[in-house]
Amino acid sequence: MTYQDASEFARSWGLVFLMLMFGVAVVYALWPSNRQKFTKAAHMPLDEEPEL
Amino acid sequence: MPPGVIATMVALLGAAIITILGARFAVDGDFAAHMWIFTAGFVAGIVWLMRRYASGAPADDRETYANDVVRAGVIASMFWGLAGFLVGVVIALQLAFPDLLYFPDLPFTNFGRLRPLHTSAVIFAFGGNVLIATSFYVVQRTSKARLFGGLLPWFVFWGYQLFIVVAATGYLMGVTQGREYAEPEWYADLWLTIVWVCYLLVFVGTLWKRKEPHIYVANWFYLAFIVTIALLHIVNNMAVPVSFLGVKSVSAFSGVQDALTQWWYGHNAVGFFLTAGFLAIMYYFVPKRAERPVYSYRLSIVHFWSLIFIYIWAGPHHLHYTALPEWAQTLGMTFSIMLWMPSWGGMINGLMTLSGAWDKLRTDPVLRMLVVSVAFYGMSTFEGPVMSVKAVNALSHYTDWTIGHVHSGALGWVGYVSFGAIYCLVPWLWKRERLYSLKLVEWHFWISTIGILFYITSMWISGIMQGLMWRAYNEFGFLSYSFVETVEAMHPYYIIRALGGALFLIGALIMVYNLWRTARGDLRAEAGNTPLVPAAAE
Amino acid sequence: MWNHGTLERNSIALIVCILLTVSVGGLIEIAPLFYLENTIEKVKGMRPYSPLELAGRNIYIREGCYNCHSQQVRPLRDEVERYGHYSLAAESMYDHPFQWGSKRSGPDLARVGGKYSDEWQRNHLIDPRSVVPESIMPPYANLARNELHVPDIKALLEANAMVGVPYTDEMIANAAADLMAQADENSDGAADVAARYPKAQVRDFDGDPKRVTEMDALVAYLQMLGTLVDFSTYEPNSKDNIR
Repeated sequence: MTYQDASEFARSWGLVFLMLMFGVAVVYALWPSNRQKFTKAAHMPLDEEPEL
Repeated sequence: MPPGVIATMVALLGAAIITILGARFAVDGDFAAHMWIFTAGFVAGIVWLMRRYASGAPADDRETYANDVVRAGVIASMFWGLAGFLVGVVIALQLAFPDLLYFPDLPFTNFGRLRPLHTSAVIFAFGGNVLIATSFYVVQRTSKARLFGGLLPWFVFWGYQLFIVVAATGYLMGVTQGREYAEPEWYADLWLTIVWVCYLLVFVGTLWKRKEPHIYVANWFYLAFIVTIALLHIVNNMAVPVSFLGVKSVSAFSGVQDALTQWWYGHNAVGFFLTAGFLAIMYYFVPKRAERPVYSYRLSIVHFWSLIFIYIWAGPHHLHYTALPEWAQTLGMTFSIMLWMPSWGGMINGLMTLSGAWDKLRTDPVLRMLVVSVAFYGMSTFEGPVMSVKAVNALSHYTDWTIGHVHSGALGWVGYVSFGAIYCLVPWLWKRERLYSLKLVEWHFWISTIGILFYITSMWISGIMQGLMWRAYNEFGFLSYSFVETVEAMHPYYIIRALGGALFLIGALIMVYNLWRTARGDLRAEAGNTPLVPAAAE
Repeated sequence: MWNHGTLERNSIALIVCILLTVSVGGLIEIAPLFYLENTIEKVKGMRPYSPLELAGRNIYIREGCYNCHSQQVRPLRDEVERYGHYSLAAESMYDHPFQWGSKRSGPDLARVGGKYSDEWQRNHLIDPRSVVPESIMPPYANLARNELHVPDIKALLEANAMVGVPYTDEMIANAAADLMAQADENSDGAADVAARYPKAQVRDFDGDPKRVTEMDALVAYLQMLGTLVDFSTYEPNSKDNIR
């Protein structure tokens, strides 16, 4: 394997892998049925019982 | 005394015996000194346990959440913070007035030994303690579970302090691997590895015990920080000790491979220690202080995955135009520019959490500190990608511009988000109604903000100026300036920089006073807090 | 079926995903450097450090010189004119650790060897401002007073050999003798050092022939920096050397 092969690989499949990962994360984050779950999660720090 | 405590004391005794033997048979004095420091640490651990458990288990052991270890972390953070800022001011003054603070017969006072002391004290001692303390606090609250592991969190805390002491004394003695931000020698690295694995265990163990189905996003960032730092630390510190009874080791890699490994580590220490860890603080403390949920939880998920994926590639931008192969440089530059997007996604998420509550910025200086920290995060994560462009880097690299860039992130982002979190934590942990004085927080905020501005503007000017002077040609086609002429030109800016650092230190001293009074239970009567005289009826 | 919800509930799955994500970049970027032939140029003249040079290098590391001095000349017009030929990867192939540096509070030292006399280096290290009044460098007067003490030079060479530096058995066996011999051109072993380490400079570096001090070692190291590669035979544009 030469450095050309390595850089080719990084530029092609590496890029594809990156895009795929990013796509999965975005789709998941925007999936409509997840909305309610996220709203609940976002309130987690605010829903704590007072400790005083 | 609980059996676990007795077992721990026996283990500490065993460790102390091993280090005494290490000191006895050491091949050099530095190693012997360090073995004695380890011994002292282990013995101190035994004494501490005896005192804490002298009359049964302390009350803290029975509470819902372990708070004592977080309190200890807050105190350690401020202690090391002051020490690190002070050494920073000293070395800034050394560069401004070289005849004043160098002592030819005291080699440990030289810049080359004090600079690692400063960087490690602020990053690993101050920053590390802030991260350990806040992560212990946050993971308990968001999991509704007590810290996992009984005495293990205490071992993490004290073990980490011992690592700091060994590292710091090593720098002063000249014990170093010569790798920036990874200076401690092999045995200190091994010790840190043990402590860090225990840290991961405590954190994950607490997540296992949680009573909430969802793991809150701040914990993702903490987890990425802990796991990735472990990976980076182990790979970058691979070395062969010259003797198992001496300080010196030889790095496993050499030259160009070593350089890339080191900057893969160095850049991701920024990415995962100074960014991911402190973003966890942002995702918990900004919503908490603003009393509003994070602006977009969806954005925080995208932020998380894109940030950790892209950051890990960006290291080679520290090696532009070096003997590193071109393709690696290009890859590093490309990913560094892409990094701008997730960084600003995170910044927007932090800032917009305030939407509808902007008026709080006027009245609450703690919230203002947190928000300004996010703004500084946005600024330095914009500047970073710009500096990673090869054409810009050709000018900026090796100059003070880099130092200015680092400090806009370190003082503005890491410093302020830590201060903000600690201002929140102290009244919560010591069960006080509020801080002793918000006025003093105002003073802290303005004095240190002016300090930061002095620091970064002076370093911008001196960095760009020196870069331009290095490459300046005169009309005959010769270089215009000798190297030392460019050093001379830096003098006024080095004075301004030292002044900026001193202001930042003064701000931190005000903070410590305020926190101390808060912990004591004092409340300063201030307008807006406690109306002394009821308003007269018109 | 895998979905993100699993991650949110399962901390081990989250850790595995984080590790996978952060490993990809490191593996693709760093791993090739170790087995790609083109990473390091083919040059003539590189050899392992002599024991005295290695001891000097360790003092350089101990004092944290890398905090202010780079050892990496970039291929930019002004740098090449100021410091000399740009640095090659081959020139640091025996550096454990590398000392390329990241900041130039002082000038680059990759090619400082032979630029100044031993006497200049000595005076400059003892009191920098006596030689360069505008300098901001710390003074290292103690180096001239400290006897050179290396706990076990043979073990130091062996450790370097273990990580790939081509020290021969002969070099390792004679390490202790070579360490002292290089600091005295009239010593019995002077010729052996020069034979074992081509281009090694053998002389009293610290101006005190009676003693071998840390100054001897550090100046010996500084005086050889960047002097090994034979640039008259180096072909930057040959197919082997384009990276």
